[in-house]
Amino acid sequence: MNTPTTFHPLARLLHWAMAGMIVAMLFIGAGMVATVSERHSGLLAIHKPLGIAILLLAIARLALRLRHRPPSLPADLPLWQRLAATASHWLLYALMLALPLLGWGMLSAGGYPVILGDTMRLPAILPENALLFAWLREAHRYLAWLLFLTFVAHMSAGLYHGLVRRDGVLASMLPSRRRREPVVTDG
Amino acid sequence: MTIRFGHAARWALIGGLACVTVAAFGYVGGWLAPHRLTPQRLVDTFEDNAGLHPGYRRNHAKGVCVAGWFEGNGAAGAYSTAAVFARGRTPVVGRFALPGGNPYAADGSVPIRSMALRFNLPDGGQWRTGMNAMPVFPVSTPQAFYEQARAARPDPATGKPDPARLAAFFAAHPETAAFRAWVKQARPSASYATERYDSINAFYLVDAQGQQRAVRWAMVPQAADAGPGPAGDPDYLARDLQQRLAVGPQRWNLRITFAAPGDPVDDAARPWPSDRRTVDAGTLVIDRMQPQDSGPCRDINYDPTVLPEGIAPSADPLLAARSAAYADSYLRRTAEEAHLPGAARPVPEATR
Ligand code: HEM
Ligand code: HEM
Ligand code: HEM
Repeated sequence: MNTPTTFHPLARLLHWAMAGMIVAMLFIGAGMVATVSERHSGLLAIHKPLGIAILLLAIARLALRLRHRPPSLPADLPLWQRLAATASHWLLYALMLALPLLGWGMLSAGGYPVILGDTMRLPAILPENALLFAWLREAHRYLAWLLFLTFVAHMSAGLYHGLVRRDGVLASMLPSRRRREPVVTDG
Repeated sequence: MTIRFGHAARWALIGGLACVTVAAFGYVGGWLAPHRLTPQRLVDTFEDNAGLHPGYRRNHAKGVCVAGWFEGNGAAGAYSTAAVFARGRTPVVGRFALPGGNPYAADGSVPIRSMALRFNLPDGGQWRTGMNAMPVFPVSTPQAFYEQARAARPDPATGKPDPARLAAFFAAHPETAAFRAWVKQARPSASYATERYDSINAFYLVDAQGQQRAVRWAMVPQAADAGPGPAGDPDYLARDLQQRLAVGPQRWNLRITFAAPGDPVDDAARPWPSDRRTVDAGTLVIDRMQPQDSGPCRDINYDPTVLPEGIAPSADPLLAARSAAYADSYLRRTAEEAHLPGAARPVPEATR
């Protein structure tokens, strides 16, 4: 059976759309808590609905991932790099689900209404509890920083494949026609 | 392995991009922008001025929790779709307090008291408001507020602010004139119940057609026996409230003042002329009080930008700054309550 040579087109679309959204969220989040200007309110008003949109897309993306196998990595890739790739991909999936849930959960625990846009209000997903709020709020911060660092490493690794190794791994996620050599895994 | 130039350049590109990304994040997050006024720096000034008091609000630290309800009379329903303005009851959790970061300040040490309220609307929406018993704010911008707080920092030698620094601040900030004129005649009141509390910042009421009207609101007391506080007792306000509530609930009228065209909507340092049209939207009834270290107000952040449908914030720059600073203060004090690693431990009220 042949493994595919590229990611499913929808997976590629989701990857790049969500890459943009998640990177934007990291910068919006870091920026809004570091200013007392009107940008604080304006950015927070974008942060919440965009974060919930990421949560919904991440669920769809994970479902797609479990149905469609990704292309396998080049056979000559050192074991530690394979492990790092697998671990970091699952970490990225975990964080893109965890951060919006933490955001939603911490606002619920803080007793805040969770308002998206002008009028849409989400239900609380946790009971009002200020101690829980404090833990979740700090977790939201530190896991966001972990997501940022993982993203920087992931981007560097992607470029390493595309520019240094030129082994088709980057191409398998790009919308281009270039394909990785098919890998035959069994008869 | 030989490294060709092209190879090195590619590595440099990858490393360079990673560095630029990290630096951009550091700049946006304020770590590489030490001169930006962040919520943390603003809240730090309260700790600098009043000391660190774990578990307490960083400003308006001394206070009591109260509860009751708002009885809407329907009169503001034509101007706002907020359910709180319909005829009927909305439960309220509130807090009276003194401005300043010292939870042990004497009640007579400042001529200002505050009232904070959270209305829980029947449709699940919330209205949070923090009001001060004064008609105007000294300054218009968060930067000026920060400078004022810095100028008011107690001199370590005397324990009091340096009058020369304060005078220099006021001289450099003519927008403080209305506040200074008011504060000259202000006296610390004997009771929370006889004070009028003003939103000071302006907001918009939004009606069913989507039309916005700029307003300020105030809680106007029904109690008329205002007087100066007794000398020699640092904690008379809580005692007075307890005595009054033992006799019966305390009441305020919610008075909404509408801006006329041309009135400043985004400047808390400029009052509106006193002849502006007003509407009384209902009655606030306070019938219970609890200590602030165990009452339900403890865990509430009275962020004035938490508003129900039908009320919207104005462009007053103080509103965004309050939202950002209150969130930081709230995180500090809840992290202390939760004993998060690295957070200071709160001292129980009784053993201080
Ligand atoms: C992928 C999703 C998300 C990412 C990457 C993200 C990232 C961030 C970051 C970096 C911060 C600043 C943390 C700090 O330095 O203290 C932050 C703060 C915050 N986030 Fe998120 N976030 C996400 C989703 C959400 C969601 C879904 C909500 C709510 C519905 C939310 C609500 C908040 C709030 C309320 C703050 C703090 C604002 C303040 O304290 O003034 N976030 N977020
Ligand atoms: C925050 C932004 C990003 C996130 C959250 C993210 C997430 C992910 C995840 C979860 C996968 C694993 C796909 C799977 O196995 O199901 C993946 C694969 C990939 N990503 Fe990203 N990505 C981001 C940004 C980038 C960037 C900027 C690049 C550009 C260099 C990139 C290049 C790749 C490549 C080449 C793959 C395929 C790896 C393979 O074949 O196993 N990603 N990404
Ligand atoms: C940029 C200007 C301001 C800053 C930085 C600031 C800062 C703060 C902070 C840090 C708290 C404690 C919040 C908490 O831990 O829950 C607080 C409480 C409060 N502030 Fe402000 N404030 C500002 C302007 C104003 C204005 C204009 C008013 C007038 C209406 C006001 C009224 C109040 C009230 C009533 C409270 C007490 C709320 C409570 O009882 O929980 N503040 N302020």
